[in-house]
Amino acid sequence: MLRKLPMLGRTVTAALAAISFSASVSAQTELTMYYPVAVGGPLTKIVDNMIEGFEKQNPDIDVNAIYAGNYNDARVKALAALNSGKPAQLSVMFSIDVHELMDQDAIVAFDDLVKTPEEKQWLNSFYPTLMQNGKAKGKTWGIPFQRSTIVMYYNKDAFRAAGLNPEQPPKSWDELVTMGQKLTKRDASGKVQQWGAMIPSTGYPYWMFGALTKQNGEVLMNQDGTQTFFSNPGVVEALSFWEELGSKHEIMPQGTVEWGTLRQNFLEGKTAMMWHSTGNLTTVKKNAKFDFGVAMLPAQKELGSPTGGGNFYVFKNSSPEEKAASLKLIRYMTAPEQAAGWSKATGYMGVSEDAYKTAELYDYIQKFPAAGVARDQLKHATAELSTHQAGRVRKLLDDAIQSVLTGEKEADQALASAQRQADRILKRYR
Amino acid sequence: MMVLAINTSAVNNQLSLAEKICAWILGFLWLMPLLFAFWAAFHPAEYTTHFDLLAPLTLEHFYSAWEQAPFARYMLNTLIITTIILGCQLVLCTLAGYVLARIPFRGQGLVMALVMMQLMVMPEVLIVENYRTLADLNMIDTWVGVGLPYMASAFGIFLLRQTFAIVPQALDDAARVEGCSRLQVLWKVYVPQAKPVYLAYALVSISYHWNNFLWPLVVTNTEASRPLTVGMAIFGAPESGVDWPMICAGTLIAVSPLLAAFLIFQKQFVQSFMRAGIK
Amino acid sequence: MNRTQQLHAWLLLLPALVMLAAFTHTPAVQTLLHSFYDNPMGGKPSGFVGMENFELLLEDEIFWQVLWNNTWYGLVTVPASIALALTMAIWVNGRLEGRAIVRLAYFTPTVLPMIAVANIWLFFYTPEIGLLNNVLGWFGIDGINWLGDPDFALPSLMAMTIWKEAGFFMIFYLAALQGLDRSLYEAAAIENAGRWQVFQRITWPLLMPTTLFIFINALINAFKLVDHLFILTKGGPNNASNLLLYYIYENAFSFFDTAYAATLTTVMLIILALLAWLQFGVLDKGVHYR
Repeated sequence: MLRKLPMLGRTVTAALAAISFSASVSAQTELTMYYPVAVGGPLTKIVDNMIEGFEKQNPDIDVNAIYAGNYNDARVKALAALNSGKPAQLSVMFSIDVHELMDQDAIVAFDDLVKTPEEKQWLNSFYPTLMQNGKAKGKTWGIPFQRSTIVMYYNKDAFRAAGLNPEQPPKSWDELVTMGQKLTKRDASGKVQQWGAMIPSTGYPYWMFGALTKQNGEVLMNQDGTQTFFSNPGVVEALSFWEELGSKHEIMPQGTVEWGTLRQNFLEGKTAMMWHSTGNLTTVKKNAKFDFGVAMLPAQKELGSPTGGGNFYVFKNSSPEEKAASLKLIRYMTAPEQAAGWSKATGYMGVSEDAYKTAELYDYIQKFPAAGVARDQLKHATAELSTHQAGRVRKLLDDAIQSVLTGEKEADQALASAQRQADRILKRYR
Repeated sequence: MMVLAINTSAVNNQLSLAEKICAWILGFLWLMPLLFAFWAAFHPAEYTTHFDLLAPLTLEHFYSAWEQAPFARYMLNTLIITTIILGCQLVLCTLAGYVLARIPFRGQGLVMALVMMQLMVMPEVLIVENYRTLADLNMIDTWVGVGLPYMASAFGIFLLRQTFAIVPQALDDAARVEGCSRLQVLWKVYVPQAKPVYLAYALVSISYHWNNFLWPLVVTNTEASRPLTVGMAIFGAPESGVDWPMICAGTLIAVSPLLAAFLIFQKQFVQSFMRAGIK
Repeated sequence: MNRTQQLHAWLLLLPALVMLAAFTHTPAVQTLLHSFYDNPMGGKPSGFVGMENFELLLEDEIFWQVLWNNTWYGLVTVPASIALALTMAIWVNGRLEGRAIVRLAYFTPTVLPMIAVANIWLFFYTPEIGLLNNVLGWFGIDGINWLGDPDFALPSLMAMTIWKEAGFFMIFYLAALQGLDRSLYEAAAIENAGRWQVFQRITWPLLMPTTLFIFINALINAFKLVDHLFILTKGGPNNASNLLLYYIYENAFSFFDTAYAATLTTVMLIILALLAWLQFGVLDKGVHYR
């Protein structure tokens, strides 16, 4: 009898452990989120670390963050997962996917998720410009996370060598051309050793084009994503200018410039200026062997760049607990401290004013002013091209841009055709 | 004398010096991507595009590649997927090949035509519909799901049918007399006779599925089933700015098992092709 | 033909037939059907639209360009791969110093996944810092924007395809060459035939079945091999290097336009059927199978 007691004790403890274990299991909320990466550096590691921090604070929530490739992959995979056995509850997807996700009836508006005054205040804490792409039909569907604008990286050493003031990068299209010409170096045979500027035209050409059109006082679409303005005169002018940078002013290579290898070109001194996502800033900083600067893009009629990057979305097809947990996670990931750390680690923007007020980011920008350029430029920024059937409409514009840059078509003719086809696609959404 | 020399050269596969030089140059060209991968992977990033024999060596890219992508998991997925596919292919193709070679039945011509259709209409063409099927079966993002469309291989069935058809009928009959069942005969008589064919087919199948990309890209969502190729594609996607040293290190990690296997089995590879009569 | 035998035959065939039916025949038929329907949208199920998708197809400039590109892609890569494969096989079958290494070199593309190697080819092709333009630079030739110029983008992809294919097909030729009957060659030697004559009269005809096998494979690959597009060009610039299968992928998995993807797939199926007819109906009759 006595000998059996410890056994009994063990049984009881085991039973208790089982109960407490099952209790903790039932309280556990499991979240799956997909996210994309479109710039350099160990971004997956950074995201993993942030998630880890969240899980430590919220032991009852288990987050499974899945890196899915580029923006397109992330959208496809997340949507595919919705129909599979292991659906996602939230995801980071392209900020411009909003109309398409709504058409698929896949996401919920954050206005319907926030309940407490504190949460409502949080919803209003972001830069309004960054919210533009997340809003539709009067509601907010996307929360800014890995957001960027296009900035101009320039090689100060190259500026000095060309007799230019390294603290005075071009402020207008005209200056871009004149300085670009001084910065374009040729060898004795006329072969270009260093280009004046490069604007990438593969990967996301429509995005770069959004900057040029904004600078020329135009936007590419309406807020509802049902109408594009590809053939407006100002838009045509912007594309002609882009093309002339290669053909007429000869400060940029002709044909398309590859998005993926551009950073390498800049780092190797093959171009004195490049337009690229601010999300590349930290990688450039780490690898540049020369003195470089970051500036706002030059203006024609006004300053301008589209915003870009990824927003958080919450999927409709999830339980109330999962939605609450998702909201918690998103609030954590976009809180000022996290946003500041994220911005410092990548070059993406701190998504709220408060993020820039944190000691971490404030000090960082004091020491490294380049990190503040994207924020300063935000005042002049506009939404990124976002419509219904975004993928197809985007391809129309991308193809038009590339056909002009490669000299196959004239700007007016290419854009008119793109506009015609976009009209045909968007007609039924009006 | 001259004429004689030419003649023996035709018999002995003699090559002229010019041909030898061409063969070597071509070999070098063909090896270039691999050579560059080794170069970039083992040298610091600043030497990636600058070739300098004195450049220091480093393993840092292997560390960072290994850090940034779960290669071990990808490799495991690839290994399992390749194994599942090959295993099923061998069984299904053996059974079907045997029937088509040795058991006359009504509708044989039709079945043969249906099988041969897959030679032309390969699974890659039907990704859209097959994806739909898999979603209905709830098998997106699973190992088996990646393998399903490839399990019955027309090429394999055809190959084994040709091989089984030339196995002497006497061997079959002898085994029958000893009281073997149909499946036993297949296992004891036909399968051993087709060994080189199996080897050749296995090698082709493995190198195909180890490197297959489009279908796995479509049906895998997460690390649970994502094979090396898809992992490599999103790891080295040009969108994130090409980081050649790390991509090359990753590529070397990814191809090393297959490359090693090929180096070891090189001879058998060609010989089994020869014996298999895949000509 | 007794009953049990019939039963056995069908039972043994069953697994393979089920898989083929599920993943080849049914989806092929489904593709045809779906090409007559539109996409479900916002809760509305897809409906029958007759020939509408095909009308869109005929008006779609990209489709015609893609078809044209694919035709070129096939016309160049198929013969080039075959010719190179045969040359390589003859070389490594000959008396060549370091034969094993050369053979290995030729065969490496088969072992390397296209998708990973494409990044390395990107390095060869990239202007300014790429290897190819640097080599051209030594000879004082101006660099070419290989992947960014519509005239060069597709040929650049072809080069990589040929690199991949020739090495693989070489193995088949090599196996065939080593299996050829030597007595024929000895007879040729007695007749004082030159090397070219021997090749023309003996080797080439005897290799015909191999060539046909490779030809069909290369032809199919011309429609199937699009992995490198994902890394190198994504079909650009302005679809200059877009191929049919990649366009299908784009429509289905980037634009979620499965109806149009089905229509494009139908075109692909028709092309493949024509090729099959060409193979079995025309070519096979001219080749003597052993």
